[in-house]
Amino acid sequence: MATAVEVSDLKAWFGRTEALHGINMAVEQAHATAVIGPSGCGKSTFIRCLNRMHETNPDARAEGEVKVGNWDIYDMPAVDVRRKVGMVFQKPNPFPSMSIYDNVAAGLKLNGTRNHKTLDDVVERSLQQSALWDEVKDVLKKKSGASLSGGQQQRLCIARALAVNPEVLLMDEPCSALDPISTAKIEDLIFELKQRLTIVIVTHNMQQASRVAEFTGFFLMGNLVEFDRTEKIFTNPSDKRTEDYITGRFG
Amino acid sequence: MSSGFLQFRRRLVDYAATFTAAFLSAIVVGTLVAIFAYLLIKGAGSVNWAFLTHTPKPVGEIGGGMANAIVGSALILGMASLIGIPFGIGAGIYLAEYGRNRLGAFVRFTADVLNGVPSIVIGLVAYGLVVFTQGHFSAFAGGVALAIMMVPMVARTTEEMLLLVPQAVREAAFGLGIPQWRTTISITLASARAGILTGIMLAFARVAGETAPLMFTALGNQFWSFSPNQPIAAVPLQIYTYALSPYDDWHRQAWAAALVLVALIVGTISLVRFVFARSTLREAR
Repeated sequence: MATAVEVSDLKAWFGRTEALHGINMAVEQAHATAVIGPSGCGKSTFIRCLNRMHETNPDARAEGEVKVGNWDIYDMPAVDVRRKVGMVFQKPNPFPSMSIYDNVAAGLKLNGTRNHKTLDDVVERSLQQSALWDEVKDVLKKKSGASLSGGQQQRLCIARALAVNPEVLLMDEPCSALDPISTAKIEDLIFELKQRLTIVIVTHNMQQASRVAEFTGFFLMGNLVEFDRTEKIFTNPSDKRTEDYITGRFG
Repeated sequence: MSSGFLQFRRRLVDYAATFTAAFLSAIVVGTLVAIFAYLLIKGAGSVNWAFLTHTPKPVGEIGGGMANAIVGSALILGMASLIGIPFGIGAGIYLAEYGRNRLGAFVRFTADVLNGVPSIVIGLVAYGLVVFTQGHFSAFAGGVALAIMMVPMVARTTEEMLLLVPQAVREAAFGLGIPQWRTTISITLASARAGILTGIMLAFARVAGETAPLMFTALGNQFWSFSPNQPIAAVPLQIYTYALSPYDDWHRQAWAAALVLVALIVGTISLVRFVFARSTLREAR
């Protein structure tokens, strides 16, 4: 077992409000880690600090150490961090002006890759990995990414994130805007992807956390209350607050 | 009150509101139709081959045309667009993507003020900037005057159209490690281009009919000129001169010129839209 992401004493602010109060977490490589907790507890802020998306908000800042492999991500250019640590958002957000092909190729193309063979290969491989290839292979350059269904769009966004070959994939409630069938497909996908890739997934759905993740962290009011193996969190939590939350007493 | 009465009153209010809206729209559309119809009635008879291919005849002679003014307008508008559109889009990008601060607020306020400055004042500014310093009237000076008018219009529409692009689209690009300048050019601007194009076309149409800013910049010319450094004829200037003249033949030609001007503006906008619609299809929508 190896650590893919090591978070030490991570604090985050929105203006003067401290949203995270010193988080420590070691994310296991090639596994899925779920982040759960009530709305406003800081779980989205937390994963947005893992690829420095947090600081794209005006007035937002973060402090502390986040190591991805041997890299201290707060000690390198943010654009480089985001190529190592990809992200899938809550609402599918394909680029509206681009075809399916261009959506997947965007990360490489706009960072300078021009070779058509390379791009073709990456687009096919990424769409295969996100289980969308068979549905779109005939209309790759004919249809806009925005013309797909919500579930397909989300898999397109996953393919787009995979195309730049990240080491870690962050997913911020990736299924909350999707129907149950699309949700099941994304969950299957997470199972496939975590063979090679480290996944951190924020979810409101505790069944989802228990289905896809080996590890789960419970956030409450900007603190990581408990972090352990998923079955331990859901069957025998150490902290009273975790137990209250998962048994539905609040949140 | 009975429910029957309430229902009757609701329906009455509904009818009244719908009628008011329809009536007001009809006034707007009716005005436009009336202008076109009147132009056609007055001008269509005088638009002929000679009008489109000849230069004006000396005073007293019947006939001649406005070919030099049509070309002159095209040249001035071409220069105005070349200068005004890049500056306008650039300022719009700054306002939308970087201008959430005091400098941005100042630029936004300045653009709005500039939008409201009377066009004849803009003409005077261009006179001072170009004609006075160069020592002669020129097509270029006219282009500068119209460009100054285009910049704030293009800047503000570009800003508004960029702000309509959801933040999620920018986040998706940042999440892929695409730098902000790249994101703006290849993704945000591309997503907003239909709206920005409409804004540019509106600004173009607006300045294409301007007369006052050209009076002491492009000045007008009875003869052919293709040089940016010489005084040049323009359709609105020609309309102004001819409409104020005492000659019936010139009045006829002024109507014809007005019709041609409107047709050229509509034609240019349609052409740009057509070309744009085709290029979007090619890129797979």
